[in-house]
Amino acid sequence: MTLPNPAELLPRMATELQQLLASRGIEQAHFIGIRTGGVWVAEALLAQLGLDQPLGTLDVSFYRDDFTRSGLHPQVRPSQLPFDIEDQHLVLIDDVLMSGRTIRAALNELFDYGRPASVTLVSLLDLNARELPIHADVLGATLALATNERVKLLGPAPLALELQSLSA
Amino acid sequence: MPIDAKRSLQLNDQGQLRHFLSLDGLPRELLTEILDTADSFLEVGARAVKKVPLLRGKTVCNVFFENSTRTRTTFELAAQRLSADVISLNVSTSSTSKGETLFDTLRNLEAMAADIFVVRHADSGAAHFIAEHVCPNLAIINGGDGRHAHPTQGMLDMLTIRRHKGGFENLSVAIVGDILHSRVARSNMLALKTLGCPDIRVIGPKTLLPVGIEQYGVKVYSDLASGLKDVDVVIMLRLQRERMQGGLLPSEGEFYKLFGLTEQRLKLAKPDALVMHPGPINRGVEIESAVADGPQSVILNQVTYGIAIRMAVLSMAMSGQTAQRQLNAEEQN
Repeated sequence: MTLPNPAELLPRMATELQQLLASRGIEQAHFIGIRTGGVWVAEALLAQLGLDQPLGTLDVSFYRDDFTRSGLHPQVRPSQLPFDIEDQHLVLIDDVLMSGRTIRAALNELFDYGRPASVTLVSLLDLNARELPIHADVLGATLALATNERVKLLGPAPLALELQSLSA
Repeated sequence: MPIDAKRSLQLNDQGQLRHFLSLDGLPRELLTEILDTADSFLEVGARAVKKVPLLRGKTVCNVFFENSTRTRTTFELAAQRLSADVISLNVSTSSTSKGETLFDTLRNLEAMAADIFVVRHADSGAAHFIAEHVCPNLAIINGGDGRHAHPTQGMLDMLTIRRHKGGFENLSVAIVGDILHSRVARSNMLALKTLGCPDIRVIGPKTLLPVGIEQYGVKVYSDLASGLKDVDVVIMLRLQRERMQGGLLPSEGEFYKLFGLTEQRLKLAKPDALVMHPGPINRGVEIESAVADGPQSVILNQVTYGIAIRMAVLSMAMSGQTAQRQLNAEEQN
């Protein structure tokens, strides 16, 4: 399978995001990346849009619904939101949208910081394997992987996608 | 076998924390992981909603056979911030006074579907005993046992030092007071050693310094002035008033005169030395008020860090215990 090049997806994603925010009447939005790949995509999008603003970062480890099965990630780091999110428009960014559970965890975490006016979801890839009713508002590409395949974003610069096989 | 050697009891087959009983034998990587996780939990305390859902649906039972308001309260808060249901029992005034054995009390609580026991007991080794013989499938956290260990206090002290000094590699740390009866001193010595602190000093009257304490890799001083010279951190210990009746100390006044931390004596340490104390402090016995409330004191920070450390230990032990149960189930199938 040929994987897309993130550098080719990002300009269109930036344009679509800009148009979407404008159509919703959103003049100023705060960007939040989900660690780790989502932060890299968020940084690349901000650069593409020529925006110089603080980026929020979320580590959703404490909000995962599989904690009792898989435990805490050993490299969990604190989330950092260098702005107030109450009544603010947020752009939430991740690298890969698969089941939707990471986004659910991120939304739960965001609401513990306050009640945003809106959340727009951006994802570089959608693996078309959703288990929850969560869709990206702006999407780079959709991939259909075999059950033993995963895709990983390498970064932070340059961004590249790598296909991985799960061992049996 | 000495109880501290039972490292395997504390870890599951994958090396994750399963019980938290003592710092002895735990690898540096695991202690660092606890500190890193606690660092992340500190941020939770600064949010509008000071909760994360990690232990939602789990029940944490604080079983205190010995009174301790502060430790019990911080464990309660830590468990609540992890969204657990929390029960706190002061067992000394409860079932055991009606003749029920420790074994029966704990098995009853286990039957009420508790997931974690935080145990405080006056006898050294009580938490080990419970983890090994009474409730091995629950995560057992030692909230202080006799003179043996107070591992969460040890780790919150390490978090305090790391956050204020950046690390342990170049530090001189002095632990001052009743070393003989102090589980805090023991846990701190072990943690500092494991985390790479090169200069650990214990300072106290000769009657309150255990024989053979050098085996912990510490330097021993019975003179406060020489022990405090150029240290980066001073950890004062709480003086238990009952020690006075045992004839180990002439009086509180005498102790303060020789070992109390005054502003004058603190000048012997480095100018930016931290002053720590596990609390509750005896003003004018271990420490002068001006020092306890002074700019070098991080005593209240220790309390805040204590909640984050206990959140880290509770969640990591719960996770390790659950993983072990799954491993056991897979082996049986």
